[in-house]
Amino acid sequence: MAGIPQYMQGRGVFLRALLADPRHYQIIVLSSLILLGTFHFAFQLPWWHVVACVGSTLGTQAFADRLIGRKFDARSPLISALSLTLLLRTGSVTLSIAAGVLAIGSKYILRWRGKHIFNPANFGLVILSLLFTGAWISPGQWGTAPIFALFLLGMGGIVTGKAKRWDVSLTLLVSYAALLFGRAIWLGDPLTIPVHQLQSGALLIFAFFMISDPKTTPDARLGRVLYAMIVAALGFSIQFAFYNAAGIILALIITAPLVPLIDRFFPSGRYQWPKFSLSPNGVSNETVQIPAE
Amino acid sequence: MKQFKYLLSSTIAIAALATAPSASAFCGFYVAKADTELFNQSSKVALVRDGDRTVITMANDYIGDPTEFAMVIPVPTVITKEQVHISDPALLDHLDAYTAPRLVEYFDENPCERRYRKEMMMRSMSAGGPQAPVAMMEDAESLGVTIEESFSVGEYDILILSAEESDGLQIWLEKSGYKVPPKARKTLGSYIKQDMKFFVAKVNLEEKAKQGGEMLRPIAVAYESPKFMLPIRLGTVNAKGSQDLFVYTLTKNGKVETTNYRTQIIPSDKELPIFIKDDFGDFYKDMYKTAANREGGHGVFMEYAWDMNWCDPCAADPLSNDQLQELGVFWLNEGRDDQPMPMRPKMRRPMPMAKNVYVTRLHVRYDAQSFPEDLKFKTTGDKKNFQGRYILRHAYEGQMDCPEADAYRKQVNQRKNKEINTLANLTNWETSYIRQKIKASGKGGFFSEFPEKPKSDWWNNIWPGDQK
Repeated sequence: MAGIPQYMQGRGVFLRALLADPRHYQIIVLSSLILLGTFHFAFQLPWWHVVACVGSTLGTQAFADRLIGRKFDARSPLISALSLTLLLRTGSVTLSIAAGVLAIGSKYILRWRGKHIFNPANFGLVILSLLFTGAWISPGQWGTAPIFALFLLGMGGIVTGKAKRWDVSLTLLVSYAALLFGRAIWLGDPLTIPVHQLQSGALLIFAFFMISDPKTTPDARLGRVLYAMIVAALGFSIQFAFYNAAGIILALIITAPLVPLIDRFFPSGRYQWPKFSLSPNGVSNETVQIPAE
Repeated sequence: MKQFKYLLSSTIAIAALATAPSASAFCGFYVAKADTELFNQSSKVALVRDGDRTVITMANDYIGDPTEFAMVIPVPTVITKEQVHISDPALLDHLDAYTAPRLVEYFDENPCERRYRKEMMMRSMSAGGPQAPVAMMEDAESLGVTIEESFSVGEYDILILSAEESDGLQIWLEKSGYKVPPKARKTLGSYIKQDMKFFVAKVNLEEKAKQGGEMLRPIAVAYESPKFMLPIRLGTVNAKGSQDLFVYTLTKNGKVETTNYRTQIIPSDKELPIFIKDDFGDFYKDMYKTAANREGGHGVFMEYAWDMNWCDPCAADPLSNDQLQELGVFWLNEGRDDQPMPMRPKMRRPMPMAKNVYVTRLHVRYDAQSFPEDLKFKTTGDKKNFQGRYILRHAYEGQMDCPEADAYRKQVNQRKNKEINTLANLTNWETSYIRQKIKASGKGGFFSEFPEKPKSDWWNNIWPGDQK
């Protein structure tokens, strides 16, 4: 890097480090969505709810890490908090906090063979909305306007390789779309109906930022594709046979216990968040695959 | 041929329902409301919902020959005679009035002396429309149409049909004298496959004559189904342009929102020029239109969401227990049979027991393109009150002799400029038009040029002896 001033090198290193971990991209996208939603699309989302939720997930994670003697890392709980904030509606800060505690708590308590079973944000979201009338999932709060932006950001992650589990996101969206179009054709409905149904902010956030969590999806690609198809089919059934608009979100929590089973049939190395270190020589960045037990 | 009507709607009158709102209402003095009559081609539906139980009341605005009237509504289950009730048109009107967007006014005090002024209010009235009849039965079996139920309630003859396929249903309807738009066939087919039944009503002329009166009364239907939705698709088949639908939901837990369309809140708590007092209807219509246009000409807007026990200010009194019961609020007496009525010690007037009812008013503007799917709803746990409320602030126009007066006038003029901008932004009216209206109304004008003090900067006072 001769000729490049030291500070410029430093900057490049920082940027590469920033984008080396897929979680950083997620954090940036989700935070932008919250800002966009709050200031431009007038979501009813008071800022103190965001703060409370972020605080409770970080706090729970810090506490639990200390308990088991692991190094605290703020990134995962931050993503959980941002997803929760985007999908959970509540008028009560207490419930926002409770959602964060539940989400992160589930990671440490509900485990199987060294992997947590439930997607933390999904767990917090569903349990809270089932237990309390004061909390609910609001699939319709996104108009069609931000959908395109959301789709672009999600696809952007895939194209730039920031989303390590793009196979899950795409399989889910494609299977869900196939089911919606199939239903419309069977009913003789105009195709504007499935197109409208796909323009759901909650669905896209779910596909790109929730189900794609590498920690709670099957280890092998084949297993992941299978898993995404199961989630899509179950979500579709819940939505249209049981008339619950949050079908796909419920489907994830119901099918989560299947993941260890799928891992058994399709064993593969386990995903680890990339480890990299900043050194004068630049970034060392590698994704470590640990062999399955 | 009978006119094919899908969702009843109403332009029925509003009597002056409101009792005088309390003069010291915290949220301003009530002036006027923007009720549904402002919107042509609008339908009104009340939905009472808890768990899987639904009671739907559909208002009817049919005007014309009763023999021409007919309506077909997809319903989730077979409906028997006991599940149908003829309701009182005044009920929906009262609900409309109670939830209507409202105009309130405040009066500035004399900046020189603290003085209170008091207030007046207005009400609005309206007129009703006529209606229509007839029923007959036909051999349906060969067409795959089953008449599940057939009964008369009030002035209506009602059939509940189920069908195997849309062609048969369409032929049956045509043979029975209903004019079905060809484009509706596919939609009927879709409902059939979704296992929906069809609620078909005509007017029984004899009964209508006995009952007398001009208009058709609303029909209320109670049923149990997990589907919390309103079928709007048949109504968009032949409609030209967009339609307005008012949905009033009554629930135990809180606000109702649409799950497959975005529910937005209507702009509220805006300060407007005084002349709006006489033009509130026009203002609201254009404001709604502008809000909808910003979303592409359509949308679901929440205009009111409130605990049914009170209101502030009141556009009309909250509905009484009897009225709510009539609308189908079936949980009113739950678990309070033997309890004595609690009376709080220092109530201004004896309050009936608090009712566990939360009302949401959704104003939907839709057309076939933008709303391809039926409306699906969800009850949320949100009990935060919201109202469409618009504010007039009257400047103090009496004698003012004090140093504060100039500052006050200046501030009022600034305020008025801001109000003009707000109004222009909300309604898309030209500011020049608004200024002209203000002048023409002779109300709420600007304070005329008042002697402005020579501009004085802080340094002018440091060396008073210097020549200026």
